[in-house]
Amino acid sequence: MANTLFHKVWDTHTVRRLPSGQTQLFAGLHLIHEVTSPQAFDMLRQHGWRVAFPERTFATVDHIVPTSSQRRPFLDVMAEEMTVALERNCREFGIPFWPPDHENQGIVHVIGPELGLTQPGMVIACGDSHTSTHGAFGAIAFGIGTSQVRDVLASQSLALDPLKVRRIDVNGRLNPGVYAKDVILTIIRRLGVRGGVGYAYEYGGDTIDRMSLEERMTICNMSIEGGARAGYVNPDDTTFAFLKGRRFAPQGAAFDRAVAWWRSLASDANAGYDDRVGLTAGSIEPTVTWGINPGQSVGVGERIDGDARDEAFAFMGFHPGDRVAGTKIDVAFIGSCTNSRLSDLEEAARIVRGHKVAPHVKALVVPGSRTVSQAAEARGLHEIFRSAGFEWRGAGCSMCLAMNPDRLEGRQICASSSNRNFKGRQGSPTGRTLLMSPAMVAAAAIAGEVVDVRTMLDEVTA
Amino acid sequence: MSQAQAILSVTGRGLPVRGDDIDTDRIMPARFLKAVSFEGLERHVFEDDRAADPWHPFNDARYKGASILVVNRNFGCGSSREHAPQGLARFGIAAVVGESFSEIFQGNAAVMGLPCFAADRESIDRLQSIVEKTPEVTITADVQSGVVTAGDVRIRASLPSALRDAFVSGQWNPTAMLLDRFEEVREVATRLPYVTGF
Repeated sequence: MANTLFHKVWDTHTVRRLPSGQTQLFAGLHLIHEVTSPQAFDMLRQHGWRVAFPERTFATVDHIVPTSSQRRPFLDVMAEEMTVALERNCREFGIPFWPPDHENQGIVHVIGPELGLTQPGMVIACGDSHTSTHGAFGAIAFGIGTSQVRDVLASQSLALDPLKVRRIDVNGRLNPGVYAKDVILTIIRRLGVRGGVGYAYEYGGDTIDRMSLEERMTICNMSIEGGARAGYVNPDDTTFAFLKGRRFAPQGAAFDRAVAWWRSLASDANAGYDDRVGLTAGSIEPTVTWGINPGQSVGVGERIDGDARDEAFAFMGFHPGDRVAGTKIDVAFIGSCTNSRLSDLEEAARIVRGHKVAPHVKALVVPGSRTVSQAAEARGLHEIFRSAGFEWRGAGCSMCLAMNPDRLEGRQICASSSNRNFKGRQGSPTGRTLLMSPAMVAAAAIAGEVVDVRTMLDEVTA
Repeated sequence: MSQAQAILSVTGRGLPVRGDDIDTDRIMPARFLKAVSFEGLERHVFEDDRAADPWHPFNDARYKGASILVVNRNFGCGSSREHAPQGLARFGIAAVVGESFSEIFQGNAAVMGLPCFAADRESIDRLQSIVEKTPEVTITADVQSGVVTAGDVRIRASLPSALRDAFVSGQWNPTAMLLDRFEEVREVATRLPYVTGF
């Protein structure tokens, strides 16, 4: 019977139907970090449970690590305590852990893929809602809470209800200056921040087919911002080429056998979906959020439409009919699990080269991992950013969620390549976030205000 | 593991928090996640919203001691932080009645024994209005029948069937169930090519 990847993976990972009616689902890869795991380990100890498959969990630190100096002990006593707790827990339960000074350290959703841990056909769990990122490889990846982290540690499985599947087709060529970030912001704008509740999103169409894995990760990463707990792209030759030779990917003949299995899991051409939505790539503009959830966005040239009583207007200081273009910014942030990979930094650097950051703007680039950082430095990107006036930082979550020293102050406005523009998200209860692509952030940093990156691309390509 | 208790109904006074898409960053700002335990989170529930709005329901003395939160659409969206429902539960919230919930929030709340009931917009608006007018009204949310009563008002508010059954049977904390037939977990592992090395 024709089936979707979601259902094939769900079925191969089903342990049994629980007495509660939920499905017990095997989680093949579990990623943990310092914020949502310490209480889970305490619960294990409390009950005398062991970690069932310690070799299927991998740990690193990302949320709380400072990005200016990563020397230990961290100046922030609590950040140090959380890191030590994770180190101790991993040692006690035999879980591989990459500490802040390890070459593999980085944001969990950046390092999983770059190490080849993330593979097609897996069920992946992590105590972080952006786990949906890993769906870019054709995995089903769930963000979970701490009690579920405990469950995965104890039993390598989760109690879940199945999701419906919505196929989202994007077809056609994206215009220059329009990126994966604009595609997903447009999808969320169209379907709403709760449109995906109850669904997994399957992204396809020729636009997605032509995308690199890094672009697909940006799309899948923000599935959760549209309410979809999981999002994925069917695995294809691009996926297999990305994985080949990566440290944890199968090697040699095993790789070829893996490819055959991975191919078999892709949704069948005549698979049925619970819903279908289509988008035309050519109609997508560089997109910017103006409000306090990721669905409140407009094309950079558009006027904001909405009900003036919506609290987002008062909080952000916009009015219906305003344009976001021309908004003066205080901070420019390039980073986060959405947009901190090499291609994001390359595209931003292309805009920045030969320019200076506007004098009133604090601008920072935070690579997603040490590996990204080293690759960028090998290409001289750090010099381009630095000479323009950007700070070049160490890897971590940084200003996406401000659990570390990087944060907004007062009512500052930040042009940000991250994923959430919630009130207070970037560390100041009154701080304001404008989400956009890394290239748009780079352009805003230079102009000192939100601008259409296409006006600067003309200059780059001229 | 101690045997979990069946949760058949929750009774208490209401606490209405109006607004759609209230995310977990608002319920529990990230800076309070810098900890290795959930202790003390009750002090920080809606901290920034409360500071910005003296009239925030969590500041309102009329709702002191309330245990049933009444909310609107997509409550608990965003971050998967269990610190949000943990903070609410430690504050004294024992049930949430709303138009809809983010799945991660609803799942996190369930495994802590905190049921999230969903009802239509009109019913929720009525419930919020009743509580705003008469904060002392007693609300009862019945898990099995999916009926929420407040004084002489009665609304339909349901839980996803698997969660409802889990509360009724006392099996809302799934770890023991997940470990119950662990040999079947191992069997699945041996069937998965990526576990066995292709």
